[in-house]
Amino acid sequence: MSVGDTPPPPLRLRLASHGLDAVTLLVLPAAALLVALFVYPFFYGLWLSLHPKDGSIFGNYVKFFSDPFLYETIGKTLWLAVPVTVLNLVAAIPIAFRVRRMRNQRLLTTILVLPITLGTVLVAEGMLNYFGPQGWFNRTVMTLGLSATPLKLVHNYTGVFLSLVITGFPFTFLLVLSYLTGIDPVLEQAASTLGAKASSRFRHILLPLLVPGLGVTFCLGFVQAFSVFPSAVLLGAPAGPTRVISIAAYEAAFEQYDYSLASAIAMVMAAVLLAVIVAVMSLRGLFYRGPASGGKG
Amino acid sequence: MQQSRPIAERAWVTIVWVLTGFFVVNLLAMIGTVVTSSFATRWLGTWLPAGWTPKWYISAWDEFQLDDLLIVTFEVVFAVVALSALLGIPAAYALARREFPGKKLVMLLFLLPLLVPPVTYGIPLATVLYKSGLGGTMSGVIAANLVPAVPFVILVMIPFIEQIDPKIEAAARVFGASTFRLFVHVLVPLLLPGALAALLLVLVRTIAMFELTFLTAGPGSQTLVVALYYAVFAAGVRAVQSVDAMAVVYMLTTLVWLIVALRFVNPTQMVTRAKQQQH
Repeated sequence: MSVGDTPPPPLRLRLASHGLDAVTLLVLPAAALLVALFVYPFFYGLWLSLHPKDGSIFGNYVKFFSDPFLYETIGKTLWLAVPVTVLNLVAAIPIAFRVRRMRNQRLLTTILVLPITLGTVLVAEGMLNYFGPQGWFNRTVMTLGLSATPLKLVHNYTGVFLSLVITGFPFTFLLVLSYLTGIDPVLEQAASTLGAKASSRFRHILLPLLVPGLGVTFCLGFVQAFSVFPSAVLLGAPAGPTRVISIAAYEAAFEQYDYSLASAIAMVMAAVLLAVIVAVMSLRGLFYRGPASGGKG
Repeated sequence: MQQSRPIAERAWVTIVWVLTGFFVVNLLAMIGTVVTSSFATRWLGTWLPAGWTPKWYISAWDEFQLDDLLIVTFEVVFAVVALSALLGIPAAYALARREFPGKKLVMLLFLLPLLVPPVTYGIPLATVLYKSGLGGTMSGVIAANLVPAVPFVILVMIPFIEQIDPKIEAAARVFGASTFRLFVHVLVPLLLPGALAALLLVLVRTIAMFELTFLTAGPGSQTLVVALYYAVFAAGVRAVQSVDAMAVVYMLTTLVWLIVALRFVNPTQMVTRAKQQQH
């Protein structure tokens, strides 16, 4: 078993045995782009946030957490994002369970993909017309006698909430649907054969398999709702109850030209997002994790 | 064997369908309002406008310089699509075919830009772009839009490349194909369907990408969606119908590509982006 006499293989072969060859190098241009345009700006922003105009290290963060006009944006954003995300998820689950069995899903999924594709700006413009005091929605409500005066649905908290439902619900629904169709139907059939009713099949088979997916869905939906920007300006009361954290960051950067404070706000935003995601993911860890396909192929 | 379903379950099914129907009807009516309003002569306090006219499209075209906006939008979008194909597809090929040390870290690098919201990384990114002189230029807008586009192409392409049998490439080698011929005659035809789907999705997403373009665009590099935001923001300066006509033009530019994209992909693929990577 002596290998003493054989010369060591050339460097190229040794690298190739670790999976490093010409093909692997193809990853470099894309990785370099993201280091330059994503990682570097993040650390630059972090550095910038620690070098405020007044010269102290944590000046920006002290300012953020002592000025109610700034720190209250966290609470206001959470007060929008958390209820919307929960509502979207709670509504999406039963509907996804129904649609899963539908033969012609494609029409519904195509309609639902519309608001995601068109984006929040167009939804905001449509909502200003449709939910406005003279819009079709309020006309219908008043014709049906549900309310004597037009409901105030835009330029307040409700407006932003509704816009987050209109863009967020289809997103949540399509994600839940894709997780649900990823569960092998054989598992449910087996439970059914063994005599489990629909409700217990849901509780003991489908829900545990779905929970990891729901965790991810909640996080993705929450991230979108938390970073709400155009609809909070166009449909909300951007000086009052819907002054969300991204408005504060935008104003600091592009109205006060204080990039240092703006970076600090972006860092606070990232920290809150991270905290929520870590909390949800660690909750998720308490549930079943494993394959959602059948035992035998 | 089929038993009649209990009333509770039927009521449950009805509630689910009523809710879905309510959502879809409101959604379509909302889009319908914009289209109706863009053709209205005068629409105040009635169900339908007093009369119909196409004149708002002509005035919106002049007021908002829609031809310039459309040219800029498509220059930005096609540059983003071409560059993300050039950078993303080779990277996806390497990640699908090779195991190497640090691969997890590289995957994280490609996953994060899709998970972190654009406003959060857009502000530091815009700061860097303005410092380097790219802020407010077309190149700056393209660079910013590449940040989510390249990872998106990579994460859509990896599972697609993984399901192509590497033996096909090996066989071409055995029969003496050079790297160039292997690429042209084997890889390109095999990758084309997946690449087409990924790039169409990037195209639709980039047209609708508001935040990054908004934070990095200057007067000459605004895309349609950013101009629409400013028009809605300055409501009252121009006639509502004019803004709505612009919104319809924006809708059409997006929907044409959405329809093309939906011929190749399933609607659920519009949102599931990084799903496969998160197990």
